[in-house]
Amino acid sequence: MADKATIVVFSGDLDKVLAAFIIATGAAAQGMDVTMFFTFWGLNAIKKDKGPIKGAKNWMQKMMGMMNRGGASRLPLSKFNMGGMGKMMMKKIMKSQNVTTLPELMEAAIDLDVKLWPCKMSMDVMGVGKEDLIPETGNPVGVAAYTAEAAQSKLNLFI
Amino acid sequence: MDFDVELDTLGKQCPIPIVKTAKKMKELEVGQVLRVLSDDEGIKEDMPAWANTTGNEFLGIEEEDGMYICYVKKVTQ
Repeated sequence: MADKATIVVFSGDLDKVLAAFIIATGAAAQGMDVTMFFTFWGLNAIKKDKGPIKGAKNWMQKMMGMMNRGGASRLPLSKFNMGGMGKMMMKKIMKSQNVTTLPELMEAAIDLDVKLWPCKMSMDVMGVGKEDLIPETGNPVGVAAYTAEAAQSKLNLFI
Repeated sequence: MDFDVELDTLGKQCPIPIVKTAKKMKELEVGQVLRVLSDDEGIKEDMPAWANTTGNEFLGIEEEDGMYICYVKKVTQ
């Protein structure tokens, strides 16, 4: 059986999510069975680019959904974002250095059968429905589903 | 060095050369040799590591004006 790798994606920052997907695709390319568990701000990475969210049940969730729209191409930088200016410059630099963009890397991950699991509790808190997430996302799971995978993994990260 | 299939990853940064190598390797028969072109210096360490982990044989690497030419032999299915 193939070795397993699990990655918790807690952050919704572009740079951190990019690192998570580079490791995920690298591990999958080495024949590992990779599961990514998206929780809290990390959910933004697997949200559809079309906001605002539809799963919101009250005005607070709706407001949070507006301010926290998500989508792989919308994530901010963890440092020097400067209202999007820093991110724009970073994207330009990365392009000139031939760095693969996050949406391309996510496509590669999906192609390599990396599993994308959303955390049910975070979805409930943020009012994010299954319909707000990209179609490749797996069923919403709880902590036990993650720990069961993590316990069998040789590589386990929290990003 | 002789090879059966060539993969061009020029202009691609980590992790794409390895991701494409893994994908291409699936198309090869056991015993065939894949030649991978890359201009990412990281490939010098990455390709032997990838071959080692996946149970394939790393045959060597040639360097030509900033281009790295790697040879990997398919050992397992």
